[in-house]
Amino acid sequence: MTTVLFYILGFIMLTATLLCITRRNPVHAVIYLVAGFFALALMFYLLGAPLVAAWQIIVYAGAIMVLFLFIIMMLGLAPQETPEGPGWRRWGPLVLLSASLMVCTVLLIMQDPAAGKEIGDFYLAPQAVGEALFGRYVLAVEMVSFQLLFATIGAYLLGRPLSRGEGQ
Amino acid sequence: MMIPFGHALSFAAALFVLGLTCVLLRRQVIMILIGVEIMLNAASLVFVSASAYWQQVDGQVFVILLMAITAAEVAVALAMVVYLWRRKRTLVADEFNGMSG
Repeated sequence: MTTVLFYILGFIMLTATLLCITRRNPVHAVIYLVAGFFALALMFYLLGAPLVAAWQIIVYAGAIMVLFLFIIMMLGLAPQETPEGPGWRRWGPLVLLSASLMVCTVLLIMQDPAAGKEIGDFYLAPQAVGEALFGRYVLAVEMVSFQLLFATIGAYLLGRPLSRGEGQ
Repeated sequence: MMIPFGHALSFAAALFVLGLTCVLLRRQVIMILIGVEIMLNAASLVFVSASAYWQQVDGQVFVILLMAITAAEVAVALAMVVYLWRRKRTLVADEFNGMSG
């Protein structure tokens, strides 16, 4: 049952992402991406990562994508879509490139002996993740917290009013 | 769960290639950032499935750290988007082709 569910969710995720990258209106793209992230969160749950699944929804779908929507709506990008859609001459070679890259990657993955082995039943309680995160990896947590602080300062500096001569 | 490890990796590869296509195809800065997000999520899927395959906690820890790093990256990138918009009133990446003023 869960096996079938995994493939269905993977299909939903890929379809939503494909729709996302082809939309011309950025708001529609972000909404499709949120749908794809929900499917991805459920895949994480099936792979035995309930905490990561919850954070995928809370942080990615809830915070980051809403931030994207906020910026798109604040700048008023939604009504005026991108001027002209990419024509065949523009995205034909690109799709060919991506498809050949995809085929090569999948062939390489399938060639590996580990690829045929099945992922066993696995469930990791949030407590175990927390113990690893604040035990063995506590230094990494501290570094990431510093990075968040630097990002806040960087965002503040970039968001200052423009000085004279900087605008258009 | 009885899926081969290779199938989970193939899903991640497909997601990564879709993100790469988005970065290469789209001209709007916002859509390029969305493509980067898609690629980061493909990396998360690899980490989580590897964590389940080897029955270890480390992969999931790295995904959580990756999410925090992504949040920092998105904060700076979107601030930069607002800055670019205020400078040129456009977000088409081809327009930003000058190094001074």
